[in-house]
Amino acid sequence: MPVKVMIPTPLRPYAGKRDSAEFKAATVGEALTHLTTQFTDLRKHLFTEDGKLRSFVNVYVNDEDIRYLASENTPTKDGDTISIIPSIAGGCR
Amino acid sequence: MADETTLWISHHLAEKIREHGAETYPHECCGALLGRDSSLVAGTNYDAQAASREILSLFPLINRRDDSPRNRFSLTADDVRDAEKAASAQGLEVVGWYHSHPDHPARPSEYDRDHAWPWYSYIIVSVQHGAPQDMTSWRLNDDRREFSHEGIEIRHRAAV
Repeated sequence: MPVKVMIPTPLRPYAGKRDSAEFKAATVGEALTHLTTQFTDLRKHLFTEDGKLRSFVNVYVNDEDIRYLASENTPTKDGDTISIIPSIAGGCR
Repeated sequence: MADETTLWISHHLAEKIREHGAETYPHECCGALLGRDSSLVAGTNYDAQAASREILSLFPLINRRDDSPRNRFSLTADDVRDAEKAASAQGLEVVGWYHSHPDHPARPSEYDRDHAWPWYSYIIVSVQHGAPQDMTSWRLNDDRREFSHEGIEIRHRAAV
């Protein structure tokens, strides 16, 4: 049973309107690489040009924030669910 | 030039956003826009320009930026999840976010652009000396380089 990546609503237009995708992956980073390889238009909305997760993009494995685990090296096992949730931010200047 | 997309909102909810901006002045207010977007209907092709989007409820939130609330706002991932739960409970989706620009025009900043995702509608209300003024809506372009202006259509009676 592979890892399931939930695709947030605003990014579904870049993923064939799918709300999730499943991949064989040993780490969160691997799953996100598979996701953005299959759906290349997603990549720039998740990662900066130098390949880092954007600061406002939060990734969870079964509700655990990967920042408090091993970031993108966080290991995954079959049946895990990865969620991508933005922190919303902005400001006038 | 015609706007590429249009956002429908009731007069009542538009006033609520403006009032929220006045209440929190000189700090930025923020909240979620809950509504419906026809592009999410199963079986339809995604076409932002053809889709119709309407705001049917608001989910006001607290600006988490204690350090510079006059020119910044932020919401945590938990705030986003709470907004999504509130939307789901009403059979709606989070279709965007609103915030105020105290003593600043209702135009998105570079900081806004850096922290945005496409598809969402971003409403900005300018609040000058405590009084709400212009209200605009924006959507980030696919290439992330700039926002496109989104038309706001005010419904003067409740949607059927």
